[in-house]
Amino acid sequence: MKQNRGIGVSPGITIAEVVVLGGEEYDVPHQEIAPEAVRDEQDRLTAAIKKSQKEIFDLQESTAGKIGVEAARIFDFHVGLLLDKLLLNRFCSTIDQERIAAECAVAKVLGEYAKEFHDMPTYLAERVKDVYDIEERLLRNLSGREPQTLSDLGRDVIVVAHDMTPSQTAMADRRHIRGIAIDAGGATSHTAIVAKALGIPAIVGLENITASAASGDMAILDGNNGLLILNPDEDALAKYKTIARQQSDFVHSLDSLCRLPAITRDGHEIELFGNIEFPEEVATVLTKGGGGVGLYRTEFLYLGRDTAPSEDDQYEAYCHVIRECNSKPVVIRTLDLGADKYTQERARNPERNPFLGCRSIRYCLQNLPMFRQQLRAILRASVEGDVRILFPLITNLTELRQAKMIVRDVCEDLEDEGIDHNPDLSIGIMVEVPSVALQADAFAREVDFFSIGTNDLTQYTLAVDRVNERVAPLFTPSHPAVLRLIREVIRTGQQHNIPVSLCGEMAGSPMYTLILLGLGLRRFSCAPPMIPEIKKMIRSVTIQQAMEVARQVSRFDTDAEISNYLRATARKIMPEVFGG
Amino acid sequence: MPLLEQDVEVVNKFGLHARPAMTLVQQAGQFASKIEIIKDDLTVDAKSIMSVMRLAATKGTVLSLRAEGADASDAIGALVELIASGFGELDQA
Repeated sequence: MKQNRGIGVSPGITIAEVVVLGGEEYDVPHQEIAPEAVRDEQDRLTAAIKKSQKEIFDLQESTAGKIGVEAARIFDFHVGLLLDKLLLNRFCSTIDQERIAAECAVAKVLGEYAKEFHDMPTYLAERVKDVYDIEERLLRNLSGREPQTLSDLGRDVIVVAHDMTPSQTAMADRRHIRGIAIDAGGATSHTAIVAKALGIPAIVGLENITASAASGDMAILDGNNGLLILNPDEDALAKYKTIARQQSDFVHSLDSLCRLPAITRDGHEIELFGNIEFPEEVATVLTKGGGGVGLYRTEFLYLGRDTAPSEDDQYEAYCHVIRECNSKPVVIRTLDLGADKYTQERARNPERNPFLGCRSIRYCLQNLPMFRQQLRAILRASVEGDVRILFPLITNLTELRQAKMIVRDVCEDLEDEGIDHNPDLSIGIMVEVPSVALQADAFAREVDFFSIGTNDLTQYTLAVDRVNERVAPLFTPSHPAVLRLIREVIRTGQQHNIPVSLCGEMAGSPMYTLILLGLGLRRFSCAPPMIPEIKKMIRSVTIQQAMEVARQVSRFDTDAEISNYLRATARKIMPEVFGG
Repeated sequence: MPLLEQDVEVVNKFGLHARPAMTLVQQAGQFASKIEIIKDDLTVDAKSIMSVMRLAATKGTVLSLRAEGADASDAIGALVELIASGFGELDQA
């Protein structure tokens, strides 16, 4: 039994079999070949080596971009092996002399080296792993198969990986992923957000879990406490089975709330929406009692595929969501690509500071055909229900005006073409950059609503990269400066009579429900599985109580004091959520 | 064709593990000469990472470098210097 501690980012307990991403095994049956086939086999092998080299170069490049150049050097050895002429000659001569297929030659030659490495001092024997890695890669490329994906699991598993790319999560067979444990990442990395959205218990920042776990191991994943127990003993299993049962009882007890309104004890009605990324999540929003979709992240259509989606692909996806919502509001956020999503993988020269780079609305305004295409799809779909447009990462008024002008322009085109659309749909902006929060009054005059994105607002206010595990503890919306910005935005919205919603991770954390209510927030949008807990919290308190909490918080100067106070207050109201 | 041979001791704590081995192989690749490394009765090609790893050369191991070719002298000089300097890893714990 081995316990590994990381950062729990999506709550819940899972007991299941582990699948380590990148850990594939191949059986290589002995296969003899005819003398005239030797040449072909050697060519096949050379091609597989070329393809493997390219894969590793790509992997190295993306690692350098994501984790750093130093980390990417771990692939130097792999590159070296694939460039080793002597090794290539040994493969080729083995094919020739023994008259065996390329696969057999690779397995035979590398198997001999691996055996030799096994007997060396520990730190040198470690290299066996790299030899196996190269072997797997070569065999896979010889077989013509693509790298292992999570698209067809067939059974419930806990995924263990260094990190999951947004494309991997986008393509994954989500029904069977019962837990996610990864080496990298902070609490608001893409993997963490997706896991939470899908209600999959997850732990990030485990640093080296891929090395200690093996596919087929049994594991307990405790997302509440950030604990992954590999090959648990009977006692641990029994203990966690009990906890899992209690938690599922609590979740079921919340089911009764689904049909009830989100209303405070003193009668203030609160709007409670769900954030979604995948169309199938709408069903969860509705069954969990959400009043609509407060944030529809549209990037997923771009992730996990090689070609851009067509206007009709987008139109179909939006219509699905809108129709299922049945005239409940659907806030569609325009493409938020860039930074940790999509553009970097494709960039010839990755940006040095992608979070400060060409992402989101900036990327859209520089790629107008793509942006217009999405707006056309949204506008066409807008006649199907209550659709609103949300622009992400606006930092100045010019950007907003430009984006609105393009909307008008697309409307005119549709008008000319006689295509049905709603020219008066509401347009709002994400408030996720301090510049906009500070200048909120100017923006309030030109938009129909605000949506506060606390993940980025926190990142940009505190200068903390939200996906860098080394600075993860510094990332907290409890920071007085962040709370002050949120308060100002809500107040400005009230003054200008425009709705303000909050759609960051903060909205789905029961710890923050009271302070947000106290600051005047009346519209929450959170991960669908969190809706019942937030609703229970709302239904357990009065606005009076919430305002008292806000007053108390304004007296603290540090995030630690605020976090402790908020956690303690919330625990008193809803002990079940905070582990009793 | 000059043929040169010189002994050198591995001094860095973890010996010829992956990273120094790669550095050595890359350096050796810069020279036209045929370069071999000999440890006891094992002789390997210095331009092949797989071969260099087979040496399992730990700290304190004495290796013989043998180079044959026009730039043999430069090659031996550079590689001996690289190994004797501990691949720049001497300061590491």
